[in-house]
Amino acid sequence: MKKTLSLLGCVAGASLLLSQAALAQDCDTITLGSAISLTGKYATNGVHAKNGYEFAIQKIKDNGGVKVGDKCYNFEVIYYDDESKGDRGATLAERLIDQDKVQYMLGPYSSGMTKAIAPVTEKYQIPMVEAEGASRSLFNKGYKYLFAVLSTSEQYLASAVTLAAEKAQEAGKDTSSVKVAVAVENDPFSLDIRAGVLDDAAKYNMEIVIDEQLPRDLSDMSAILTKVKLLKPDLLIVSGHSKGAATAVRQIGEQKISTPMIAITHCEAADVTGNFGAAANDFLCSTQWAETLTYEDPIFGTAANYEKEFKAAYPEYAEKKVPYQTAQASAAVYVYKDSFERAGTLDKEAVRDAIAATDLQTFYGGIKFSEAGNNIAKPMVLRQIQNGEYNVVAPSAFASHPLNYPRTPQ
Amino acid sequence: MDQILGNISLLFEFPVVNLKIVIDGVMIGALFALAAYGLALVWGVMNVKNLAQGDFVIAGGYVAWYFSRHGMPPLFGVPLAFVVMWVIGWVVYKLVISRVIERDLFTSLLATFGLAIMMAQIMNLMFGSDTQSIQLKYDTLYFFDGFVDVPIAKLIGVTLASALAIGVILFMKKSRMGQAIRATAQDARAARILGIDTEKVYAFTFSLNAAICGAAGAIIVMVWVIQPFYGISYSIRAFVIVTAAGLGNLPGVIAAGLGIGAAEQYGAHIFGIGYQQAIAVLLLLLVLLYRLIQQRRVRQSLS
Repeated sequence: MKKTLSLLGCVAGASLLLSQAALAQDCDTITLGSAISLTGKYATNGVHAKNGYEFAIQKIKDNGGVKVGDKCYNFEVIYYDDESKGDRGATLAERLIDQDKVQYMLGPYSSGMTKAIAPVTEKYQIPMVEAEGASRSLFNKGYKYLFAVLSTSEQYLASAVTLAAEKAQEAGKDTSSVKVAVAVENDPFSLDIRAGVLDDAAKYNMEIVIDEQLPRDLSDMSAILTKVKLLKPDLLIVSGHSKGAATAVRQIGEQKISTPMIAITHCEAADVTGNFGAAANDFLCSTQWAETLTYEDPIFGTAANYEKEFKAAYPEYAEKKVPYQTAQASAAVYVYKDSFERAGTLDKEAVRDAIAATDLQTFYGGIKFSEAGNNIAKPMVLRQIQNGEYNVVAPSAFASHPLNYPRTPQ
Repeated sequence: MDQILGNISLLFEFPVVNLKIVIDGVMIGALFALAAYGLALVWGVMNVKNLAQGDFVIAGGYVAWYFSRHGMPPLFGVPLAFVVMWVIGWVVYKLVISRVIERDLFTSLLATFGLAIMMAQIMNLMFGSDTQSIQLKYDTLYFFDGFVDVPIAKLIGVTLASALAIGVILFMKKSRMGQAIRATAQDARAARILGIDTEKVYAFTFSLNAAICGAAGAIIVMVWVIQPFYGISYSIRAFVIVTAAGLGNLPGVIAAGLGIGAAEQYGAHIFGIGYQQAIAVLLLLLVLLYRLIQQRRVRQSLS
């Protein structure tokens, strides 16, 4: 019975292929797979990423699809919900590869989930272009099939250290006089950020006066801020996802912390401007991407154009900024399109080599992979909240506004 | 180690910091005490150890947050969360708790543990996984050169918490229902013989507990932040407090709540904020150890 069924399937498939060949104009399908968090604690950002994938697929379709040799293809993604759980993600990746016969993977959301899935894709030698896992621990395992379009996490706030050093030098002081306070969450991503900051601070001989780890269920950091008040650092670094951002902005305002420079992550996710208004002013926020940057490419146009068209396609984003999680997800799909076209074949190994050789300018920034698979062509961007607006202030090559320094405590 | 010593020396160098730490600790402790009081109530009356305690707190926070988003003045969130969580508590009692109340310890632990997971996931589906808070438009008071800051929002929160606690105490002392609850806690069978509808008392007690937690959550969302998965940390603290203070010891629960709040702040200052919750658990161990030694002494004196 089973055999007849599969035979029937074959016949049906063949006739489908024939009819498609007859139409000739229609594009074939390349199936990608992704286990992504649609429920659970990463659901918000998981959905942002999925929307980014889908938007890019539609855009590429509208622009004539992917041309491999003389044939044309469109992407299609099989999604499974990993429920924000690592073991579930790994199981689903197996299922995508083993049962659904997916040959190319798009990444999940978050470093932790990527870490759970990467060993599976590596085992089956399936290329995975991911856009949401920034932990540098992903890129020291010798993975050959893992590629990330985003900057690794130790770069997130390191540029704030450089900025503080520049400001000290402008004031005629030695960089070793700069005191740094670091408070990051105890998770792989935030600890990478801390490592990057400490490395760069060591380069400038800066003194680390506070170095503490925030708990996972942070809702009160007044103990650290009291110390900040006493020890008066010149730069305060806080990273603890959206709860860290929300708690920091609120309590720094309440306690009137007068540190001249404060850099945090996840400003947009915590909507600090919307929730806390003026208290968020003059904070530095790191971001992978901003719509005001001057990057562009032939498919998506400029970064600003991406933002505009994405909002048109997904009206639920009309009231807010398009998160960088979405932009980088679209960039990952774009990398696949570019690589397939350069490879000129659907052969998995050839495509993998084409991905490794990527050297692409996109609306999201330059993309070029190191031997380890991380993107080395795109810098992290620091934006400062100035009167409720996010303005790019570093790196200076892309800065649209001067830095407010020292910040004015609200 | 150096950092720990440095942190301790800061306490002596700037004595005013101690005041700040105690004030911060007492403020959060007041809310721990509320949740713990509800737990003690349910534990004492129904012998159900409610592991979903913290999730009721967070759910109350989301009720207040949701309606303040839709234009309700944030302070109304506290009574509203009280009422909404009362209803939810009643439904949960009828659906789940009433079925496990006569069973052994593990059945009720498992049931409430499952309830905790379900509530967290439902809130996650309904409100998303981002942290939320309500920002009140009140100033902050500063004392001692700005070293001690008391946001008026926090002050209001603590006042509301005290008002609620006093209200519940008076209710338990004076009202017929309060008396019935206390009678049931003492001896459910005797209470039934004397004509008390214990089923009604149980339902009332559990709803009251959910309502108290809800109101605490509505205060927490105005002063700190909430997230669907934060429930467990409030559950843990409630358990620590009740274990330390003992059941049916209301002044003890309040004292332990405030004390744990302050101890956590000291722990966070000295060992780093990452160890804040470890302090609570460490205190629990110490209390249990102390209780054990105490009991052994009693046994020895008996023999």
